[in-house]
Amino acid sequence: MNEFLRRLLFLPDQASTFARDLDQLHFFVIITTFVMSTAVGLTAIVFFVRYRRRSETQTTPHIEVPPWMEALFISVPLSLFVFWFFLGYREFVRQQTPPADSMDVYVMAKKWMWKFAYPDGPNAVNVLRVPAGRNVRLLMTSRDVIHSFYVPEFRVKMDVLPGRYTQAWFNAVSPGRYQILCAEFCGAGHSIMRGEVIALKPQEFEDWLAYQHRGVVATQDGAPTELDFAPPLGNLVDQGRRIAAEQGCLKCHSTDGTRHIGPTWLDLYHRRERLTDGSTVEADEAYLTQSMMDPAFRVVEGFQPVMPSFQGKLAGPEVAALLEYIKSLQSDAVRTGPSEGPAYAPVRGR
Amino acid sequence: MGIPEGIIGHHFSSLARQNEAMRLGMWLFLATEILLFAGLFTGYAVYRFEFPLAFADGSRHLNLAAGTVNTVVLITSSFTVALAIHFARTDRPRAAAVCLVLTILMALAFLGIKAIEYTEHFHERALPGKFYAFKEVPIPGAAMFYSLYFLMTGLHGLHVVIGMSVLTWILWRTLQGRYSSRYYTGLELGGLYWHLVDLIWIFLYPLLYLI
Amino acid sequence: MRLSEADSHALAGAPAPTYLEDGTTVMSWLNTRDHKRVAVLFLFSVIFFFFIGGVFALLLRFKLLQPGPFFVDAISYNRLFTLHGVVMIFLFLIPAIPSAFGNFVLPLMIGARDVAFPRINLLSWYLYWIGAVIAIWAMVHGGADTGWTFYTPYSSTSPTQVAPILLGAFILGFSSILTGLNFIVTVHTLRAPGLSWMRMPLFVWGLYATSIIQILATPVLGITLLVVTVERIGGFGLFDPARGGDPVLFQHMFWFYSHPAVYIMVLPAMGVISECVCAFSRKNPFGYRAIAFSSIGIAFVGFFTWGHHLFVAGQSTFIGGAFGILSMFVGIFTAIKVFNWVGTLYRGAISFKTPFAYICGFLYFLVFGGMTGIALATTSLDIHWHDTYFIVAHFHFIMVGASVMAFLAGLHYWFPKMFGRTYSEGWGLVAASLIILGFNATFVPQFLLGNFGMPRRYYQYPEHFQALNVASTAGATLLGFGFIIILIYLAIALRYGERSVPNPWGSKGFEWMTASPPPTHNFDEIPTITQMPHDYRTHEPPGVIRVA
Repeated sequence: MNEFLRRLLFLPDQASTFARDLDQLHFFVIITTFVMSTAVGLTAIVFFVRYRRRSETQTTPHIEVPPWMEALFISVPLSLFVFWFFLGYREFVRQQTPPADSMDVYVMAKKWMWKFAYPDGPNAVNVLRVPAGRNVRLLMTSRDVIHSFYVPEFRVKMDVLPGRYTQAWFNAVSPGRYQILCAEFCGAGHSIMRGEVIALKPQEFEDWLAYQHRGVVATQDGAPTELDFAPPLGNLVDQGRRIAAEQGCLKCHSTDGTRHIGPTWLDLYHRRERLTDGSTVEADEAYLTQSMMDPAFRVVEGFQPVMPSFQGKLAGPEVAALLEYIKSLQSDAVRTGPSEGPAYAPVRGR
Repeated sequence: MGIPEGIIGHHFSSLARQNEAMRLGMWLFLATEILLFAGLFTGYAVYRFEFPLAFADGSRHLNLAAGTVNTVVLITSSFTVALAIHFARTDRPRAAAVCLVLTILMALAFLGIKAIEYTEHFHERALPGKFYAFKEVPIPGAAMFYSLYFLMTGLHGLHVVIGMSVLTWILWRTLQGRYSSRYYTGLELGGLYWHLVDLIWIFLYPLLYLI
Repeated sequence: MRLSEADSHALAGAPAPTYLEDGTTVMSWLNTRDHKRVAVLFLFSVIFFFFIGGVFALLLRFKLLQPGPFFVDAISYNRLFTLHGVVMIFLFLIPAIPSAFGNFVLPLMIGARDVAFPRINLLSWYLYWIGAVIAIWAMVHGGADTGWTFYTPYSSTSPTQVAPILLGAFILGFSSILTGLNFIVTVHTLRAPGLSWMRMPLFVWGLYATSIIQILATPVLGITLLVVTVERIGGFGLFDPARGGDPVLFQHMFWFYSHPAVYIMVLPAMGVISECVCAFSRKNPFGYRAIAFSSIGIAFVGFFTWGHHLFVAGQSTFIGGAFGILSMFVGIFTAIKVFNWVGTLYRGAISFKTPFAYICGFLYFLVFGGMTGIALATTSLDIHWHDTYFIVAHFHFIMVGASVMAFLAGLHYWFPKMFGRTYSEGWGLVAASLIILGFNATFVPQFLLGNFGMPRRYYQYPEHFQALNVASTAGATLLGFGFIIILIYLAIALRYGERSVPNPWGSKGFEWMTASPPPTHNFDEIPTITQMPHDYRTHEPPGVIRVA
């Protein structure tokens, strides 16, 4: 039944965990709509025939709707609409709230391509490789104008904005290739700003990652496609280390625990800092990013507010790289595994 | 707003009806003007929330004296235009004309003071958006403050000019003797418009200069 | 004051000339105070721009026959869809029914001699043309390529003629505001004796609700477009993240107007349908109060739903939910109307003339278009559909399927009233059928394309979307033919049509209280109205109706 309706309505494959549930709602709404509209339509047609004009001098009785019928006209649609809304909103909240165990991927959209970066992995252009059956969260920003990340087969879409991060998540049910389309008009190349999500079997994904670390692009379904033309540029942590040196961060921030002009970066991530106004803050991604963009706003106690702002000087991905670098500076042994992500509490926790 | 004899449009049943229509029309038009500025006030609210320090700092660097004088000037000009309506209604067109002249002069004074302020900003390089180079307030959000400042006061200034033109036209008709206790609706409507221009400034002044 | 021809005639004892004959120079038209002439000026203007917008649409659909580059290049294509939207929305849909039919019929329906401010009415028409000329200038110089929604930062940085189009739209907004202002004041102050609010014809209620929206929403569009213009020219940065601005703020401000704007387009249409349903089923409205107040309800609640355009724009989940549930509420009012219109047919005396064919089309398209709106308002379903052809089909179902059908219904219903001629009923039904068929063939495939995943504003598209695109283009061609046929037979009727009797439909609408076409001053004597509107308990011969 699901399959029949899906094909009838030209819906693409239900390739994500979210898609199937969403389509159920879709079918419910559309079937009810068709049934009710047909009922109304048939009533109208019956009236057209039964009450056609029989003579030019025909008059009609004055009939007013009885209040109970008017109440029905209001209450039946209202209950249905509100019911659908609650079903739909539940799904909406689910889709807007990445699960706590999601694996992160940074997405950067620009005219007219998609760039992907893994926290401890390679970069890629236009091809997003993910393990199937795993929750994947996308942290997305744009370099220039508004774009929108859309994978029809996952039923996932989220606008990608300049100057801000937006997030989306999905869980690809099975391995395969799924098209990415840009869904917010962005100029001449809008309709060719396409990409591909390649969901790999988990072991194949790990293999691919490992090969990426060695700088080689070649595995089973890691075979290059025509979209896959960027050489790996090293991982985010290395990039972050490079940017920190280039932008002059290391002139004021040490990485080995010594106190300098600014707080040390060693063990900074998630450290509870006391601020000059007496409040405390946990140094998560949001605070660290704010410190780069508007440093005078919340200054750590005991330090002078002399840090310049890097707004306009650091692009989104560069900020992301710096964050990953800072996260990697832990005084115990080298951290492995994906990044923890900001301390978000999911709505209705799922 | 017709000639004193035969003022009533052919489609109105009485002068009272026509006056009612003209007043309602003007109030509706004032509602549209309020909504026009509401967009800018919304922008101000959003960005004030984003950049509270920059806005506070930018506000401190505006010429408070000029802003206060302008406020007094505009409020007084609203008073004089109300006086003009009063005099017209009590059949003293000459006094009404004098009051209108005073109102227009005060409008000019307002624009003059604003021009001085703008010149100051220009010299300080406290300019909107991409032209911003005001050394004393270098933090992010300051350019946004000045963008909004120039947009809001600029649009308001444009309305002062429009209001002045309306008042000048009304002055001319007053001098022609068209307004009397029998009919002064046109003058009343012009005054209403001027009150709106004043009212908008009364909101702009504290938001931009005081907080 | 010079005597008008009408007054000279009256003095001479001759019957008053119609408003069409009263002054035959070009200047007498360009300098008219007569609401009926202003209406006719608007009617020809909006029809002209409808065809221009339609040509843009056909060019687009022609390109979309092929998935790859074909016929025009990407930038031209982007300009074409932008101009199609700008022309259709600002130069046709927003003004059409209020300014062309409302202007003509509203004073007649309330027993007035004119609108409250006749000269401002004419000014409204001139502002329309000033805005239109600026927009045409921009079009000729390449036009904008931002889409009619002008999202920043693309619109603040696009190297095309965005600023003139914004300026044109700004001026057109003034035209719209002045029409709305005029109508509100007219309804409040010029009703004939005996015409209480609960005796007003349903079209007047629809126009009144529309006018409220025009007054309150349009200025917000004005300031938003002004700020974008200033961004382009001066780099002010209110919507530019590089200067601390927020591009999503633009979307909020833009849609604060543009969502109520769709009710500006649909409320007058619903008003026309109310008139026509009653007239062509010769029956009182099933629920007069329900239909009247639901118009006000739509106007009010419609202001609180704009965020449903921003479900995936980075708005918070909670606010998305709030806007979603409010959007559900606004749909209830339309449901009330649909049930009441169908209820009006019960025990009526239905005559299947051309306007009635358009009513059928309207009902079908409004129900399906509206229900797809409800489906979108569930929030999660919109994730897949947002910015795809599903949305395109949804709004075309309402804007073309509902609004344009109603426009055509009104055109065919009031044609004898406005021009005193009859048109060919046979051709009317043929054209109506072609249009309803062609419309389905054009836009039903687009719903399926949206389901399939084709985003909108796509110059090139993946090949698997081609079959549905070809089907849609075929439908569009049929639709185009339908409109051209209407243009032809109505133009012929205008010149050579048989003279009409004063009330060919036997309608009880108050506008039929006077001759067709009416004299300049509308009524010899202002009537006193003691009847309910749309009251068909007695038969009306095809002459002028009595309401006292």
